[in-house]
Amino acid sequence: MLAFILRRLLQAVAVMLCVAFIAFMLFQYVGDPVANMLGQDATPEQRAQLRADLGLDQPFPVQFARFVGNAVHGEFGLSLRQGRRVSQLIAERLPATLELSVVAAVLALAIGVPMGVYAALRRNSFFSHVLMTVSLLGVSLPNFLIGIVLILVFAVLLKWLPSYGRGDVVALGPWTTGLLTTDGWRHLILPSITLAAFQLTLIMRLVRAEMLEVLRTDYIKFARARGLSDVAVHFGHALKNTLVPVITITGLQLGSLIAFAIITEQVFQWPGMGLLFIQAVTFADIPVMAAYLCLIALIFVVINLVVDLLYFAVDPRLRVGGASAH
Amino acid sequence: MTPKPPGALGRFLAGDLWHSFTHSPVAMAAALIAALCVFCAVFADVVAPHNPFDLATLELGDARLPPAWEEDGRWTYLLGTDDQGRDILSALMYGARISLLVGVASVLLSMLIGVTLGLLSGYAGGKTDAFIMRVCDVMLSFPSILIALLIDGVGRAMFPNAHASLAFTVLILAIALTGWVQYARTVRGSTLVERNKEYVQAARIIGVPPARIMLRHVLPNVMGPVLVLSTIQVASAIITEATLSFLGVGVPPTSPSLGTLIRVGNDFLFSGEWWITIFPGAMLVLIALSVNLLGDWLRDALNPRLQ
Repeated sequence: MLAFILRRLLQAVAVMLCVAFIAFMLFQYVGDPVANMLGQDATPEQRAQLRADLGLDQPFPVQFARFVGNAVHGEFGLSLRQGRRVSQLIAERLPATLELSVVAAVLALAIGVPMGVYAALRRNSFFSHVLMTVSLLGVSLPNFLIGIVLILVFAVLLKWLPSYGRGDVVALGPWTTGLLTTDGWRHLILPSITLAAFQLTLIMRLVRAEMLEVLRTDYIKFARARGLSDVAVHFGHALKNTLVPVITITGLQLGSLIAFAIITEQVFQWPGMGLLFIQAVTFADIPVMAAYLCLIALIFVVINLVVDLLYFAVDPRLRVGGASAH
Repeated sequence: MTPKPPGALGRFLAGDLWHSFTHSPVAMAAALIAALCVFCAVFADVVAPHNPFDLATLELGDARLPPAWEEDGRWTYLLGTDDQGRDILSALMYGARISLLVGVASVLLSMLIGVTLGLLSGYAGGKTDAFIMRVCDVMLSFPSILIALLIDGVGRAMFPNAHASLAFTVLILAIALTGWVQYARTVRGSTLVERNKEYVQAARIIGVPPARIMLRHVLPNVMGPVLVLSTIQVASAIITEATLSFLGVGVPPTSPSLGTLIRVGNDFLFSGEWWITIFPGAMLVLIALSVNLLGDWLRDALNPRLQ
């Protein structure tokens, strides 16, 4: 038990160190921080002085250790483009992205699960075939196009909803939220639908496949033989077991929702981290890129770790496997 | 006199694959659409009614014309014009050429990398295998678009004054370095099965060098799944390219792909000029959908369990 958790933690730390190393290499070899800070007119003495001040004359491992130490404290220096602290920039943008991603995930689950259940229970009905065909179309449809079409229909032609920015936000300490104002919700509708669309087809297909699988098992046959009603069998027994893998996958996918928000944020000019990252890539703003990279990697690693540990707690078979492995 | 044995084409037409193809209306429709798109893209110089990049033929007076069937539309510009008076239909054809070029080039490159590493991983096993598969695991735990964006960003930061051709290289590399993982895993799986078969054992016993066994004996037997994967990968590479170009970090604006056209057209959405962005979008979906459908059909047709 302890050995498994330790091994898993060690792996997580190794992945984070790898990512930190990539970020560090970016700092070191892409662009010259000294030239960036001093400009072209600096004398060689000034350069050497700054180099020493920044610790750039020290051996490689020392510099890397210092970089990791700073990164752990959330310190990535100044944005090359905006001249402000990267940690502050990201802290400002984080709430917008998180709100968008969570609302989109809830939306995708709320629509995707019933659709998947329907497609499994009535697998030969006309509507199920329509659902499956549309979901194939959804795979071929780039996410940003869905956003553009939604803007065209609901913002430009019908003029029902806004298409730009976050609307009115309320500040709760350092956290700004759009979830407490009507205007904020109106601004959230189109972006969250766009972001949810990419998850929706996945969840629907997964629920359908899992449900079909579960409906074939023996305990469902026994439940039917006992004379339980269809409703009790489908929703009391089958759905419950279907949802375990679905919730795991959705949890795992929360990370990719946050990453995919980059595209949605660009389409709707949503002031989140993704927009910040895209601007950083366009202007080669290394500190911002490195910080975003580390943060996203951290989110992914933590989610993966939590899911693994939860599985371990839920599934006793894994415990046996883990013990026999060493 | 014995009849001449049929040639490669004859054998193909008599084979299962062709039979399955002619009995699948969806596959034939998808192939027709895909072929049409590829034809228009490859022969854009000849087929396109205008040359959107010939500045001499552009007339600003013709800017922002709607499609021909709308009011004010003209039949010379079937799908309307953009803000600089470029014919949308022609821009589509030239744009599809760039999208397809980037898509196919990056898939070929990722196939080369992925198949090589997959063969190596499956055949050599041990530490090599463990290392390559670990890298794959880490890459798969991040969404591909993020990795592509990152590689693209690094490329841009390393060559800040890059000109057009370098931007293409960076873009193709970014997509290829994201896509190889799928190939590596597929090929590794098949190689693990093949390497224990008797023909490989026999080749090893008579002293054929490992590189030759991998390339001449194992490789041909693992190419089936690779072929299927490639069709689907082309579609996803085209979408990735469009997404990167839409985000403004893809191909340079001087040679716009479909994604760039959508990005440019997006600015005119609010003034009601929907055709500048919707038609490139539709073209993109058409290409991606038809290639995906072809890939689905090919996967089913090559799967012996479904026959």
